[in-house]
Amino acid sequence: MRYQSSYVRIALPKGRLLSATADLLDQVGLDFEDYDGKTRQYNLQSVRFPRVSARVFQEKDIAVQVAVGNYDLGICGLDWIEELRTRYPASAVVEVSRLDYGEGYIYLAASQETGLYDMDGLSSGRDNWRIVTEYPNLAHTLTSNLRLKSFKIFPVWGAAEAYPPENADLVILWARNENEMRAQGLVPIMRLLSVDAFLIANRERLENKDLSEVLGCLSPAFVAKAQTLVQEKVEITRKPAISLSHWKERELRLALPDGHQKVPTAEFLQRAGLNVHGYCGRTVSRRLSSDLEWLGVKVIRPQDMPLQVANGNFDVAVTGRDWLLEHLYRFPSSPVMELLDLGFGAVRIVAALSREMAVDDIDGFRSLVQSGKLASPRVASEYTNIADRYLRDNHISSYRLIPTWGASEAFLPEDADLLIDNTQTGRTLAQHDLRIIDVLLKSTACLIGNKESLDSPGTKEKIERVVEALGRGLS
Amino acid sequence: MKNQRCKGMRDLLPRDMAGFRHVEDTFRACCLKCGYQEVRTPTLEYLHLFTAVGTLTPSMLSKVYSFLDWDGWSGERVVLRPDNTIPVARLYIDNMSEYKRARLFYVSNSFIFEETGKKDRERWQCGAESIGGTKLPADAEIISLAREVLHRLGLDTVTLQLSHAGLVKALIKELKLRPSEEAKVTSRILEGDWQALTEVKSARNELDRFLGPLLNLKGKSGGFLQNVKALSREASSSFKSSLDDFIETTTLLDGLKCSYEIDITAIRTFEYYTGICFRFMLNGEKLGGGGRYDNLMSLMSGNDTTACGFALYVDPLLKLLRWENEAKPGILIRGKQTTPEAVEACFGLAQALRNAEQTVLVDFGEREPCDYRWAISISQEDLPGFTVTDCREKREWNAASPGEVLSIVRG
Repeated sequence: MRYQSSYVRIALPKGRLLSATADLLDQVGLDFEDYDGKTRQYNLQSVRFPRVSARVFQEKDIAVQVAVGNYDLGICGLDWIEELRTRYPASAVVEVSRLDYGEGYIYLAASQETGLYDMDGLSSGRDNWRIVTEYPNLAHTLTSNLRLKSFKIFPVWGAAEAYPPENADLVILWARNENEMRAQGLVPIMRLLSVDAFLIANRERLENKDLSEVLGCLSPAFVAKAQTLVQEKVEITRKPAISLSHWKERELRLALPDGHQKVPTAEFLQRAGLNVHGYCGRTVSRRLSSDLEWLGVKVIRPQDMPLQVANGNFDVAVTGRDWLLEHLYRFPSSPVMELLDLGFGAVRIVAALSREMAVDDIDGFRSLVQSGKLASPRVASEYTNIADRYLRDNHISSYRLIPTWGASEAFLPEDADLLIDNTQTGRTLAQHDLRIIDVLLKSTACLIGNKESLDSPGTKEKIERVVEALGRGLS
Repeated sequence: MKNQRCKGMRDLLPRDMAGFRHVEDTFRACCLKCGYQEVRTPTLEYLHLFTAVGTLTPSMLSKVYSFLDWDGWSGERVVLRPDNTIPVARLYIDNMSEYKRARLFYVSNSFIFEETGKKDRERWQCGAESIGGTKLPADAEIISLAREVLHRLGLDTVTLQLSHAGLVKALIKELKLRPSEEAKVTSRILEGDWQALTEVKSARNELDRFLGPLLNLKGKSGGFLQNVKALSREASSSFKSSLDDFIETTTLLDGLKCSYEIDITAIRTFEYYTGICFRFMLNGEKLGGGGRYDNLMSLMSGNDTTACGFALYVDPLLKLLRWENEAKPGILIRGKQTTPEAVEACFGLAQALRNAEQTVLVDFGEREPCDYRWAISISQEDLPGFTVTDCREKREWNAASPGEVLSIVRG
């Protein structure tokens, strides 16, 4: 369905807000078929209003999509609105109303190792703070306001709470309450932002377009706006800290993936005879033990692993070659290297476009751009650096890269012209009427390591033992 | 056709460049006469140079162009320099600190994001830094140098406004706020929001006695500050010592017959200043400014070193100045043919004339010679020699050689 100005388009969230949003839409009579998280259907049609459609996105994409005008309305947490607005204050996002769910806070929390208990301690304390967060823009604003002299912000895809104390001093993250963080061994220092779900609108659409059908339905769910930036001190209570010495004692530090790669990785480790206790369980335990007493194991996002290994937070990690290359294309002199191809989790990184577009390959796409029929093509990708290099290498001019956080196929054809994404079988792409025009690379799971770790004879010997053990899983 | 220039960036056309060079040459000449040495710092610097307390304000930091370099996996960000004083201070610490005393100047651009894109995001400055000098004479030297440049540019009606960063900081300390609140008030004031001070001060009525005159009046001599001193007997010692420092500078400027206006609010954006601050205003436009920044070197892990400096903003100066059009060549050689022989003959004559310090343009098109004093045509092959036309006097000569051409041109 091509964009038509009389149609109302809504961006709806996946993830933690999905279920409550679906309930709300159901209650107000604005329900969408298949908006239940069970199907991978991203294009939704309103059951009651033929002119209202919706698209499902990762929550952090929604504020951007509404700001650029691809969607008239959207529902997402205030955290992602502020994350956008703090970096781009002129963003065309208007908060229409707070909705009465999704409550929580953005906290600044510290590891107990820092000995930090308030903001003043942060300003007058030590330098070289390592800050991990999914909200790098909020983090930059905070560090500027606190006038921290020396700090490093590590943006992560998720699991920020897993990093302190071993791999970070501070973390900026969303949580329902302080107890949730204390349970994770963190010291909440400050509430930076009170977060609820919000209905947002594109400013220009709200000024010019009749959205009353949808707004009318949703208005009974509007609640008074709370104070947004609360910046409250939180009550400090001491809880047993996560032992840093436990991690420091380990001679080799291994990162294992969470998410989709968890199950195949666990099966592989089992085949290899490398027992990592608690990795297979349903609940995510971030710190694991193994039969090898010298091996420290933590579970983080595979996307974040190359950066973490480059910085020496881990010696080795199991991730996909796609994420390794994504990192190396961004940082060509990074000390991260592939140590062993583990063979499982094979995917292809492909370029795909809508079947409606009469283009067979990237040369045809380039011709289309050069002819002016497709000026400034929009390219959606989770792999921004791989996509950037691919487009440069193929001399696609004046493209605009749209970074996504998953579910990228949902962007085509209305919100992007080309997709660079991974696929196992190509089935999902086909379901979204997309056609593969090029295969950029093939990727499997691999063990990556830091070249500098190999310089230490003791670490090198341990890495070789891990490589040898994992090699047994290949046969 | 769509303009392809980046938003907020500016092309300098030949006429702009002529103006730019006029400002730059005037500035350089004044600096060199005073014994200042020219330096140039790189466009990229590490962000951390600008993030420490006492360097740039959070408001400025939120507008810098910062990013991860190609080897930035450690999270170390780099920045397109948003300011020139901090890079020069870094240059001094890295390369020149053993000299103790340095007088440096630069002509350099800096980059700050401006939201609308209608104002320049790349800004050019002519700046001078006096490092390691004795406070009072160094302040006077820097102010005199800036005024001399403006005088040479024909801008004698500029108003010099004076403030004192130490005094402003002492004023904020008088409010006895918590560190985080104090940081907020400081930020607001440096962004020009003096309301912040009056909002908080209402809790301390005894401050009104000297805060009122300081905020609301514009002194024209050191006597004004003496009056403020008389009203602030209950103020802290740091306030009093800053006020004495300010009085000392104004007394010197009075002695030097340097007119000025005391405006405590004439301090914005840069947090690194510690003592006297000044800016040059003309018709509401800020043409430049500067001040003393004695703590900057130590904040940047250098030795404790006194320093002061100023920068003049090239872009507003260009709008104000009238200068002669860009220099045009005095001689036009018109090539009528583009055969190798004809082109060689033109170039040969041009080189001979240029060797004799003449400015020569060779043109094979249809350019009208009337813009030039002299137009020279190469004669046809069967008639070797040159036809020399004096476009102003409307006279014509034939010349057989470049030497004869030169004789005619030189009169």
